[in-house]
Amino acid sequence: MELLQLLFSGIANGCIYGLVALGFVLIYKSSEGVNFAQGDMMMLGAFIALGLGNSAQMGLPFGIAIIGAMIIMYGVGWGVERVFVRQLFGQPQFALVILTIAMGFIFRFIAGSIWGYTPLVFETPFSGMNWNFGGVILSAADLITILVTAVLTLALWFFFARTKTGLAAQAASQNQMAAYIVGVPVIRLNSLIWGLSGVVATVAGVLYATKGAIDPNIGLLGIKAFAAAVIGGMGSLPGALLGGLLIGIIEPIAGRYAPGELAQMSPYIIMLIVLITRPGGLFSQIHAKKV
Amino acid sequence: MRIIFKTSYDKDIDIHEHWGKRGAILVLLAFMAVLPFFAGEYYLAEATNTLIWALAGMGLMLLVGHTGQVSLGHAAFLAIGAYTEVALMNIGWPFLIAFPVAGIFTGIFGALIAIPAVRMSGIYLAIATLAVFVIVEELIILLEPITGGVGGLFAPSITIAGISFDRYADLSNLYWLVLLIVALVTWGYANLMRSPTGRSFLAVRDSEVSARALGINVTRTRALAFGLSTGVTGLAGALMGHYIGFFNYELFSIFISINLLLVVTIGGLGSIQGAFLGAILITAVPQLIAIFRDWANATVGINIGSIPGLDTMIFSGVLIAFIIYEPLGLYGRWLKTRTWFELFPLARRDMFRRQKSYLKTERTK
Repeated sequence: MELLQLLFSGIANGCIYGLVALGFVLIYKSSEGVNFAQGDMMMLGAFIALGLGNSAQMGLPFGIAIIGAMIIMYGVGWGVERVFVRQLFGQPQFALVILTIAMGFIFRFIAGSIWGYTPLVFETPFSGMNWNFGGVILSAADLITILVTAVLTLALWFFFARTKTGLAAQAASQNQMAAYIVGVPVIRLNSLIWGLSGVVATVAGVLYATKGAIDPNIGLLGIKAFAAAVIGGMGSLPGALLGGLLIGIIEPIAGRYAPGELAQMSPYIIMLIVLITRPGGLFSQIHAKKV
Repeated sequence: MRIIFKTSYDKDIDIHEHWGKRGAILVLLAFMAVLPFFAGEYYLAEATNTLIWALAGMGLMLLVGHTGQVSLGHAAFLAIGAYTEVALMNIGWPFLIAFPVAGIFTGIFGALIAIPAVRMSGIYLAIATLAVFVIVEELIILLEPITGGVGGLFAPSITIAGISFDRYADLSNLYWLVLLIVALVTWGYANLMRSPTGRSFLAVRDSEVSARALGINVTRTRALAFGLSTGVTGLAGALMGHYIGFFNYELFSIFISINLLLVVTIGGLGSIQGAFLGAILITAVPQLIAIFRDWANATVGINIGSIPGLDTMIFSGVLIAFIIYEPLGLYGRWLKTRTWFELFPLARRDMFRRQKSYLKTERTK
C-alpha cells in the first residue's frame, strides 16, 4: 500500500519533470538549441499566475489568471528569442548554453525582486481536496497534474506530427539552409517555438505551485527535468515524458528504501547510466554520424 | 607593423614570435614578483585570489577553449582537488607531495569520467558534467570522515623547509608560492599548445571528422584533454582551499562552475591570456560593485546593498552582452584593437568576421 502511494505521488511529480522536459525538447526539436533557463521560465510562469490570481495580489479568477500567465509567458519566450537568441543565429551551440544560463539568473533576479525570496502559496480552487481509495490518498492536484500532462503531450505530439507548422519546425532543425530554400520561415518559427515553450513552462509551473509553496529558486528543478529529457533522448516528446516519469517514480522510492543522499543523486545516476550505455537516450534519434 | 624575419624552421613554433613579446612577459613577471613590497595586505590577498582563479580558468580553457568541450561541472573538480589535498596533509604528507598528488588524483578522476563522457558530444557532455557535479557534491556530504561533511574542514597552513606560507601570517609568501605555481602551469600550458598533443586538441575542436581522418585518436585526445584540464583545476582547488582556510561543500557551488565558464568566455575562448583577463574581471567586478554601492549610498542615498542577488544579475548581464557583441572576449577585443593600430589606415572591419554555420543534424525524426 505504501509502495502504491509512493508510486502515485511519484507519477504526479514525474509529470511535472516531464512537462519541463517537454519545454526543452520543444526548443531542441526545432533549433537543436538547449534552453538552460527552462526551469526558471517555469518558476516565472508560476509566479506570474500567482501574481494575477492570488487574492492578496491582483485577485483575478483562477482560470483567467492562468490564461493570462500563459499569454504573458508566451510573450516572454517570444521576446527572449527576438531580443537575445536571434543574435546568436549561426553561432556554435555553446553560446546559447551560456546565454540561457545567464537568462536563468536574470529571471530569478526579476522574480526575487518582485515577489521576494520567501516561499508563497498559490491559491487554487481545488487545494486540499483529496480522495481515499482503500488507504491510498489521491489528491485533486495530483490527478489534475497527470491529466493535464497527458493532454498537453498529446497536443504537442499532434502539433509536430500533423500540423504544417510543426513539420516545418522539424525541417528547420534538420537542415536550416534547405528549410530556407523550400520557403520555411526559420527565424519566425523559432520565435513561435520559444513562445510555446514559455506556455508549456507556465503550465508546469502552475501545476508545481498547486502542490506546495514556490520561491524563486524552484527553477533549479530544471536540472532534474534536464536529466529527464536526456534519459528520453533530447529530441523525443514521449521520451521526455517517460524520462520524467522514471525520475519521478524512482526518486521517492529511493528516498524511502535507500540512504538520503542516494535519493538526491538517483536522477543523475540514472542519467549517467543511460548516457553511458545509450549516448543518444532511450528514444535515440541519432543513428550514425555522417561526414 | 613588425616584419619577423625567420632564419630557421624552429622559429615557426616558438612560443614568442619576437623579443618584444618575451620582454613584455618578463616585465610582467618581474612586476608580479615585486608586488608584495608595495601592495597592501588587502590588494595582495585579492591578487592571490585572482591568480588562483586564473589557474582554474586555465584548466577550463584547455577544455572549452582549446578542445571545444563544454563542462558545467568544474566546481566538482575544484572540490576534489581541495579535499584530496587537505586530506593528504591531514594524514601528515608535506605540501610539496600532497599538492601534486591532489592534482594527479583529480586528473585521473576526470579522465576516468571522461572515458564514457567523451563518447557524447556537445550538449550531452555539458549535461553529464553537470550530473557529475551534483553527484560529487552529495558524495562530499556522504564521506564525512574525510571531508567533514556539512560542517566543513580547516586547511592546514603550508610549511616548506621550515618556511611558513600561512594565509594570514605570511601572505606574501603564499602569494609568491601561488605565483610560482601559476607561472609554471602557464609555461607548461603554452608549451603544450605547440606540441603535437596540443595541436591534436585544436584539431579535435575544429573538426572531429577531419581530426580522425588525419589519424588522431579522438577518444584518447578528448580523455587526455579532460584529464589535464581537471588536473589543473584540482591544483587550483587545492590552492583555493588554502586561500579560504576553512571551507565546506558550499564553497564549490554550481555558481563557481558558472563563474569559471564566465572567466573563459569573457576572457576570450582559445587563448591563455583570456583566462587571466577573465580572472581579473571576475575578481574585480564584485569589488567595483562594492565601491559603487558605498558611493551610491553616500551621495544619492540609495541603498542598493539591500537588493539581494544584484551581483549575479550584473554578472549575467555582462555575460549576455559579451556573448552577443564580443564572442571573442576581452582578449579578442585586445587583438582587434592592436591589429587596428598595427595596420593603421588599412584595418578592415571584416578581418575578424566569424563564419556562420547553418544547422544540419544527424537526427532522423
